[in-house]
Amino acid sequence: MWESFGFEFINFYFIPGLVLGCIYALGAIGITLTFGILRFANFSHGEIMMTSSYLTWEFIMIFTSLGILAHPLIGAIPASICAILLALFVDRFFYKPFRNAPTIMIVIASFGMMLIIRSMVQVIWGPNQLTFVKGIAKPNAYIRDLTASFDFMLLIPNKHFSILIGTVLIMLLFNYLLSSTKIGKGMRAVSDNPDLAKVSGIDVENIIKATWIVGGFCAAAAGVFLAMDTQFIESTMGFRMLLPMFAAAILGGIGRPFGAVAGGLIIGLAEELSAYPWFGDGPVISPGYKSGVAFSIMVLMLIIKPSGLFKGKVF
Amino acid sequence: MDIILGYFLYGMSLLTVGGIYALLALGLNVQWGFAGLFNAGIAGFAAIGAYTYAILTTAESKFHYGGLELPLLVGDVMAMVLAGFIAGVIGLICIRLRADYLAIATIGIAEIIKLVLKNESDITNGPRGINKIPRTWEHFSEERFYSSFPLNVINSSDSWQSFFESIARWWWQPFFAGTIILIVLFTYFLLEKLRTSPWGRMMTAIRENEMAAAAAGKDVTRRRIEAFILGALIMGLAGAFLGQHLRLIEPTQTFDPSKMTFLVWVMLIAGGSGNNKGAILGAFLIWFVWSSSELVTNGMIEILASIFDSVDISILKNRAGFIRMLFIGLLLQIILQRYPKGILPEKRPAVSGKI
Repeated sequence: MWESFGFEFINFYFIPGLVLGCIYALGAIGITLTFGILRFANFSHGEIMMTSSYLTWEFIMIFTSLGILAHPLIGAIPASICAILLALFVDRFFYKPFRNAPTIMIVIASFGMMLIIRSMVQVIWGPNQLTFVKGIAKPNAYIRDLTASFDFMLLIPNKHFSILIGTVLIMLLFNYLLSSTKIGKGMRAVSDNPDLAKVSGIDVENIIKATWIVGGFCAAAAGVFLAMDTQFIESTMGFRMLLPMFAAAILGGIGRPFGAVAGGLIIGLAEELSAYPWFGDGPVISPGYKSGVAFSIMVLMLIIKPSGLFKGKVF
Repeated sequence: MDIILGYFLYGMSLLTVGGIYALLALGLNVQWGFAGLFNAGIAGFAAIGAYTYAILTTAESKFHYGGLELPLLVGDVMAMVLAGFIAGVIGLICIRLRADYLAIATIGIAEIIKLVLKNESDITNGPRGINKIPRTWEHFSEERFYSSFPLNVINSSDSWQSFFESIARWWWQPFFAGTIILIVLFTYFLLEKLRTSPWGRMMTAIRENEMAAAAAGKDVTRRRIEAFILGALIMGLAGAFLGQHLRLIEPTQTFDPSKMTFLVWVMLIAGGSGNNKGAILGAFLIWFVWSSSELVTNGMIEILASIFDSVDISILKNRAGFIRMLFIGLLLQIILQRYPKGILPEKRPAVSGKI
């Protein structure tokens, strides 16, 4: 059973799907938070992700020039701070003027920001692909030997390992923030009913700032994890992630952060598993159409149940 | 003399592409300006138009499906029909939801269309694209056209050949640009008629207050789908002409969302959404700004290079296109914040023509 089916399925389809799902989940948290709290679809979210992976690359270069050999996760710490500042800056100068305007204005503004941020990154770092680490990632030897002794060999590269662990840690932190802190409770209150939250004395502007900080941090993590997973950085990577992230947010229900996490995992797994030869020899869906899977799930959801799996909002 | 001719031909090509963008902006104006539908997948509809036209009209090729060699008009019409059909399908799914969802869905559909064009290489030749798309007017100087109806009735193939060899190579350029301008004007008059018609006023009512319009017995969903399809028809036609102008189309670079979708949005918002004249004005204005900014940025880089001769300007030259994109993006933000109504704000039609 393990030899004929499990080994290939788990190692080459399930674990990569899970890793991709974690990245989508982190990105979708920010999308669903801004959609729920500020009530607009933020198109520039993918670009924050992309920018933070470029920034991480830049910080690694700076550390290396100082003689410190830095892991991408170390470079990600200053990069995520910069990503949060960027998100706050964009909100202050490009989204805040439209707070009381029809929401579609802010959607157009975010659509424009998408291009502005991307061309800025292209001006600074150029159009070519960059990379953190070159070469093929070898599976973690310890896990391989340990699981092989139980006839259950798992091949998990270190990069996948750190992505999975990192996502779980961020999720736990996020859960604590939402359920036990004043800011998190305020965020849920504004998301449920902004007017009621306002009259109960919640400072909505502060909550919005907190939303951008949380969303920006998760986006930065997602961007760095994505760059670690695919091992290259390019300026269109954010745009490529945008659709699956929206799909995850809609699948989980708008305004439901943990729904977005579930949605992200489902979409990531669905994309990878769609290439598995379920029937016969060839992949069920040709790998070229992999990125169409997310879109089909999203459209199906919009037809059947626009509120998503976890009773999200529908505007 | 050669210089004047050069400027003339440059002007013609500016007019051609400006006209194509004007068509796209008019199509978007029907969707966004009239009906308030956010279409973020303009590139997708243009791609459908261009590829439909290309596959139906190109000569046989061993690289892609085709060789149908249908008349060019059939190609133009089918480009519109197919783009409209796809718009109808999307409309049925997403139009009941708020504008954001439609924006996400249209971005998605544009990406899916590109994916299909890239992967179905038996039909579309994949990433290498379709070449030698026949251009209106210029196609007459190709043998397969002058040896067939209608030109073969007037004269024999040999005399046509010698005739086309005797005239200047660029003879078709003014005709091609003129045809596009005529189509823009025709579309404009059609849309103006539509805007002041009961249908147009109903669209405005639905856009401004959906509930009230529905309460007054208007079929909101149906009207919105109609507007979405009408806009997509115009975009499909624009795509067909873009294919003709470029003669070589491929899925990624030609239909880059920043140059197709985003630029058209800037045009419409700058010109004034809801105003057909504004859409055309915005399209030409932003297109001229966009093309002349190439000269400006190149000039600025030259000046920089002459001031600091130690600086390596090749990096800047590579990235000049991104700087232009950055400026266009900032321009959009400024217009959105300072002049949200655009250069020519929308004028509401009077209640009746004869007050």
